Amino acid sequence: MGTQQAGDAFLRNLDGLRGHTVASRPSWLGELRGAALGRFTRLGFPTTRQEEWRFTDLSRMLSIRFEPACGGASDGLASEAWALVHALPGPRVVLVDGHFRADLSVTAAGRGIVVDSLCRVLRDSPGLLAPHLAHYAPWREHPFVALNTGLATEGVFVQLAAGAVQEEPVHLVHLWTAAGKARVAHPRALILAEPNSRAAIVESYWGSHGSVSLTNAVTEIVVGRGAVLEHAKLQEEGDEAFHMATVQVHQQSRSSFTSHVVFLGGSLARNEINIRLEGRRCRCTLNGLYWARGRQHMDLRTRIDHAQPACASEELYKGILDERARGVFNGKIYVHRAAQQTDAKQTNRALVLSDQARVNTKPQLEIFADDVRCTHGATVGQIEPEAMFYLRSRGIAERRARQLLIWAFANDVVGRIGLAPLRTAVEQLLTAGDGLSVGPVAGRLP
Amino acid sequence: MLIVKNLHVRVGDKPILRGIDLEVHAGEVHAIMGPNGSGKSTLAQVIAGRDTYEVTQGEVYYEGVPLLEMEPEERAREGVFMAFQYPVAIPGLSNTRFLHAALNAIRKHRGLPELDAIDFLALIREKAAFLQMDAGLLERPVNEGFSGGEKKRNEIFQMAVLQPRLAILDETDSGLDIDALKIVANGVNSLRRPGRAFIVVTHYQRLLSYIVPDRVHVLYEGSIVRSGGKELALELEASGYGGLQRGAARDAAPALP
Amino acid sequence: MASQEATIREFAEQEYRWGFDSRIDSETIPPGLDEGVVRLISAKKGEPDWLCQWRLRALRHWQRMREPTWANLRYPPIDYQQIVYYSAPKSPAGGPQSLDELDPAVRQMFDKLGIPLAEQERLAGVAVDAVVDSASVATSFQKQLAKLGIIFCSFSEAVRRHSELVRRYLGSVVPYTDNYFAALNSAVFSDGSFCYIPPGVHCPMELSTYFRINARNTGQFERTLIIAEPGSYVSYLEGCTAPMRDEHQLHAAVVELVAHEEAQIRYATVQNWYPGDREGRGGVYNFVTKRGICRGARSRISWTQVEVGSAITWKYPSVILRGDGSVGEFYSVALTGRRQQADTGTKMIHIGRNTRSTIVSKGISAGRGQNSYRGLVKVQRAAEGARNYSQCDSLLLGDQCGAHTFPYIEVANPTAQVEHEASTSRIGEDQIFYCRQRGLAAEDAVNLIVNGFCKEVFRELPMEFAVEAQKLLAVNLEGSVG
Repeated sequence: MGTQQAGDAFLRNLDGLRGHTVASRPSWLGELRGAALGRFTRLGFPTTRQEEWRFTDLSRMLSIRFEPACGGASDGLASEAWALVHALPGPRVVLVDGHFRADLSVTAAGRGIVVDSLCRVLRDSPGLLAPHLAHYAPWREHPFVALNTGLATEGVFVQLAAGAVQEEPVHLVHLWTAAGKARVAHPRALILAEPNSRAAIVESYWGSHGSVSLTNAVTEIVVGRGAVLEHAKLQEEGDEAFHMATVQVHQQSRSSFTSHVVFLGGSLARNEINIRLEGRRCRCTLNGLYWARGRQHMDLRTRIDHAQPACASEELYKGILDERARGVFNGKIYVHRAAQQTDAKQTNRALVLSDQARVNTKPQLEIFADDVRCTHGATVGQIEPEAMFYLRSRGIAERRARQLLIWAFANDVVGRIGLAPLRTAVEQLLTAGDGLSVGPVAGRLP
Repeated sequence: MLIVKNLHVRVGDKPILRGIDLEVHAGEVHAIMGPNGSGKSTLAQVIAGRDTYEVTQGEVYYEGVPLLEMEPEERAREGVFMAFQYPVAIPGLSNTRFLHAALNAIRKHRGLPELDAIDFLALIREKAAFLQMDAGLLERPVNEGFSGGEKKRNEIFQMAVLQPRLAILDETDSGLDIDALKIVANGVNSLRRPGRAFIVVTHYQRLLSYIVPDRVHVLYEGSIVRSGGKELALELEASGYGGLQRGAARDAAPALP
Repeated sequence: MASQEATIREFAEQEYRWGFDSRIDSETIPPGLDEGVVRLISAKKGEPDWLCQWRLRALRHWQRMREPTWANLRYPPIDYQQIVYYSAPKSPAGGPQSLDELDPAVRQMFDKLGIPLAEQERLAGVAVDAVVDSASVATSFQKQLAKLGIIFCSFSEAVRRHSELVRRYLGSVVPYTDNYFAALNSAVFSDGSFCYIPPGVHCPMELSTYFRINARNTGQFERTLIIAEPGSYVSYLEGCTAPMRDEHQLHAAVVELVAHEEAQIRYATVQNWYPGDREGRGGVYNFVTKRGICRGARSRISWTQVEVGSAITWKYPSVILRGDGSVGEFYSVALTGRRQQADTGTKMIHIGRNTRSTIVSKGISAGRGQNSYRGLVKVQRAAEGARNYSQCDSLLLGDQCGAHTFPYIEVANPTAQVEHEASTSRIGEDQIFYCRQRGLAAEDAVNLIVNGFCKEVFRELPMEFAVEAQKLLAVNLEGSVG
C-alpha cells in the first residue's frame, strides 16, 4: 500500500472521532480544531519524497487500523516506569492510554505553580489556555502537529508564575497498557514558565512489548524572560510502538533552556525539537541519545532558530545503532539576519555496531548574519581500535571492553542529565537486560 | 622474564624491526634508546600486543610462554603493562570505573577476590596521593582534557594500581617538565622490586638520571646496534646518535646472547 | 571600523573585467527546442546515427522531467523555448585545420582574455582547447601529445575520429537520465573537449579547455569526457568567461571522468562566467553535472574548483569510488558577491573497500550573495574500511549575505569512519586590525585573510592557475571589506 492510500485509510478510521470524543468547547477551541483538521486534510501524511521525511517511511504505520484509546487499567505497567515515578517525588500527571488518571497523579505543587490535566484546566479555567494553546507549535505546516491539534483529547498543563521556583521536578508520565488492539493517542502538553521562574520537567513515555500503539505528542513550552527550565524526555515505549512527537520551545530574553532527549523504545520513533530564541542573550542546551536495536527506526531532529542577537546554543546528539536498526539525525541551526553575536555549536556522533545497521545524518547551518560563530561536527564510525586496545592492554576482555566503550559513548550524554533520579533511571535502562552489563562502580562489576 | 629472539616486524610493506634480540630478567631495568623512527615504540607496542604490526619472524617469550600468541588482555593479566606514549582519551568513561574494571579482571585472573568499591576507592586514593595526582582526575573521563603531563602521570598511576611484573614505559618522559619528571621517576623507582622488570623506552638520557638502568640498548634502524651499562646513556648524551654507524661496526655482535 | 566596512563593500562590487562582446561572425539557429532542433544539431556536426538517436532519447526523457527545485536558489522560471541551442563561429568548411586558419576575431578575443592560442606564445606545458559558444575553435599541441598516444581534441572531432571510444564511455558516468540538466545537455550538447590517456602514460603537460559564451540568448552545453587508462595520469584545467549581458544566459555542461586501475585524474576549474550586475540583472545560470568514476583499484580523482562567477551556480562534482583503495577528493572555493547564489558541493559514493575521500569546501559570501554547501557522503554496505573527512568553512563579509551548509551523511557499513566539520565566522576585525597595525591597507588585509582561508584549496591548483585564482578572488572581492 502506498503512503497516500495508507494515509487515506488512516484518516477514514479517525473520521468517527470527530465531534463526539473531542472537546470542542469553548468555541475558540472548536474553531482551532476545525482549522487544524482542515489543514491536516490539505497537507496529508508526509511521504519519503519530502525532504524532511526522506529517510522515514510511514507506510507501515499508516497501514495499521488504529483506534482511539480507552482508559486502561494500571496493572501490567512497566516496573521501570514506577521506579522512576517513585524516584521523582514531586508533582506528576499520569496519563494511561492517553487518559488522565487522577488517582495516580499528584497535582499539588509549590506556590504560584499549576500542574494539572489539560481537560481539567479547560473545564475550570479555559482563559489560561486560550492565549497560548497552539500558538507555538507549527500546526499549519506540520501534518502530525495539525492532527494532534485537531484530535488531542487529553494532556498536561504546567504553569509557573513569575518568579516561582518548583524545587522537585515535575513528572509527566505517559503509559500504554498491554492490549490486543492498535491504539492511538494525541497527548498535548502546554508548559508556561513565566519570567524568572525555575523548574525541571520530565516527560516519560512507557509501553508494553507486543502491543501496537501510536503516540502523536505535541509539547509547547514558553520560557519567559530570565526563566530557567530543564526539560527531559525519555521514550521507552514497547517494541510495537510508534512515536511521533514535536516539542516546540519559545525562549524569551535571558532565559535558559536545557533539553535532554533519550530514545530507547518503539518500533518507529521520531522526535522533533524546535527552539526559537526570540529574545536577546538566551542560552539553550540540547542533549540527545538514541539507541536503536533490532529493526528499530529512530529519527531525531533538532532545529534552533537564532532570531535575536547574543544568544548561545550548544547541542550534543549521539546515536548507537546495532543489529538492523536505522538511525536518522537532522540538526539545523538557523541564524536570522538580526541574530548578531550568535554562538552556536552542534555535535552529532553515531556509533555503528553492526554491518546491517544504517545511519543518515544531516547537520545543517543556515546563516544570514555575519558576526557569528557557528560550528558543527558530525562523525559516524565504529568503536575506535585505539581505545579498544588501550582497555585490553589493561587486562579487560574484548567483549567487556566493547561494552565499556559503548557505555562511555552513551554516558557522555547521560552524564549531562542534571536530575540524579532520572540519570540513574536512564543508566539502569541502558544496562538492563541484554544491554550493557556495566553497572556503577558500586559492586555491579563482574 | 622476557626473551626476544630475532624479532622482525613490519607495517604494511615497510620493515620496522629487523632482528631484535633482548633478554630482560626479573628485577632489572633496561633502557631502550635511539633516534626517532628507530623502532623503539614499535617494540613496546608489539610486546603489548598491538595488532597493527605484523611479526614476520622471531619469537618473544614471557615467563617461558610464547607471548605473541596471547591476546592483549591476557598479556595484561599475566602482568605485562605498557605506559602509552599517547594515551587515548575515552569521553564518558571515568578513570575510576575503567580502572576498577581492569583491576578486577586482573585479580580474578590471578585467583584473588575482587575489590569492592570501598576498598578500591581507598586503594586508588592512596596511589593517587603518592603520585601527587589531583583526586579530581580520578572522576574525570579517561585522559579526556588531560594535559600532556597529567596523561603521563595517569599512566604511572595505573601501573601503581595494577602492579604489573613487566612494565614498559614508552617515552613516558616526553612532554614532562622537570618536576613532573621527578614525580614520575619517583613513582617508578618506588615500584622497583626484585620480581619486577622495567623496559624504559626513551629518546633522551634525562629520564635515566632518575631511573637508573641496569642495561642500555641502542636501537637504530630496527636493530640493536649497541648494548652496555648505564654509562652508555651518558656516552650517547655526549656524542649523540650521529656516531651510531661507527658504533655499529665496532660492536657488531650484540652484547647479550 | 567604518572604513573597513567601506572597503569590504567595494570589494564585493568590483566590475566584471571580462565582459566585452566580440563581433564574431556566427552561425546561429532560431530559439526553441524540439526533435527537429536536435536532429539539426546532430546533422550540422555530421554525427553518426547512434549518437543522434542517443540525443533523441535524452530529449524525450528530458521532456518528461521537471526542473529540480531542491536547491537553495531563487530565480525566475527559465523559458527553455526562448534559448538558442546552437551557435558557432563561422569558419571555412570542416573547421580550422590549424591555428593559422582561425578567424582573427576569435584569436583577438582570446588574446584579450589573456589566452593566446598560438603555441609559441603559450606558457610551456599547457595545451589548450578553446570553445566559443557551442563549438571548439582551436586545440593546441595536438601533434606533440599524439606522439605519446594521448588524444586531446574537441568533442566533435572525437566523435568523428574516435567514435568507438566515445560510444563506449559517453553517458557511462552521467547517464542522460541522471538529472534535468544532464538530460538537456545530452540532447543538445554541441561541443567540448575529449581526452584519452593510454595505459601507463603520464601526460607531460596540463591540458586545458577555455570556454567562452559570446552570442546573445545562447545556451552553452558543452560536454567533456576524460578517460585515463590503467596507470596513467592527467591534469586538466578548465576556465570560462562570458560577456556582460542584461539577460541571463544558460550554461548546462556535463563532464565525465573515467579512471581505470591506478590512474589519476586531476580536474581543476576556474569558473568566472559573468555574475550579473549589482542589482542582479544578467549573469550566467550555471547548471553543471560533473562526475568521475574510480573504476579501477587504487585509482584517484580529484576535483578542484574556484567558483567566482555566474549569477546561479548549481554544481556538485562527484566521485564514485568503485575500485578498492580508490581515492576521491574535492577542493572548492566558492565566492558569491553582488546578488550571486551558489549551491555547490560534492558527492562521494563509497562502493569499494578501503576507499577514501576528502572534502574541503570554502565558501565566501559578500554583498547580497548566498552561498550553500551541499554534499553527500555515502558509504555503501560493501565499502569496508571507507574513510571520509569533510571540512566546510564559510566566511561572511557583510550583513546582507548568507552562508548555508547541507551535508548529508549516509552510512551502511560499521567499519566506515566519516568525519564532518563545519564552521561559519566572519572576517575578524581583530585580524584586520592586526594587519593594519603592521602597515597593511584594509583591503590588502582582507585579501591576505581570504587567501589564507582558501589556502588549502589553492594548494591543489597547478601553480599558474593558483596565481590566477588568487588574482580573480582579489578582483572579485575588491571593495567588499569592512
